[in-house]
Amino acid sequence: MAPSHFTSVLLFALCASVVFGITMRDTPRRMFRYGLYCFALFVGSAIVLSWVMFLIAR
Amino acid sequence: MATPNNRVSPAGRTAAPQNAQGGFVYLPLIAGWLVPGAGHFLQRKWGRGALLAASILAMFILGLAMQGKLYTNAHEILDLLGLVGDLGNGLLYIVSRAVGAGADQVQVTTADYGTRFIVVAGLLNVISAVDAHNLRTGRKPL
Repeated sequence: MAPSHFTSVLLFALCASVVFGITMRDTPRRMFRYGLYCFALFVGSAIVLSWVMFLIAR
Repeated sequence: MATPNNRVSPAGRTAAPQNAQGGFVYLPLIAGWLVPGAGHFLQRKWGRGALLAASILAMFILGLAMQGKLYTNAHEILDLLGLVGDLGNGLLYIVSRAVGAGADQVQVTTADYGTRFIVVAGLLNVISAVDAHNLRTGRKPL
């Protein structure tokens, strides 16, 4: 079964955030915080851009 | 000026770079590229390596499960970029090509996402391999 578009966004954001967090910071605490930050930005920007495109298309 | 990591032999040829830990400095970089997380495992960073391997493998497998395409040629510039991204997966890409995994043509919407998942998994794998190399050389603290 293929995942929905939003599930795809969540999976993409999760995997990419884990790698960004580990590779871009030095300590476990800072890795976790940066990973969380990246995840929020990925998902947040996807939601905002989706609404922008929805409003433009109307 | 010759540095310890860039020694020049008396014959004028550059010796293979080594550092205080001994061994080949580029081994974590190459191992990390071929097998996701292997570069960190060589540095005994088990937790980080496992998380990286899980993330990259999950992304690659999800890409294939979404009927994503594996780039096989580079007739156009965009195909070339996709191929470079796919090659970042190392052995995952080579084995997948060998067993014929991945779709030849993108036919459903999620297959387009799957193709991107595979390319991004390769790019993330390159970032993780470079991180392992930085740990090995001491550029990033252990």
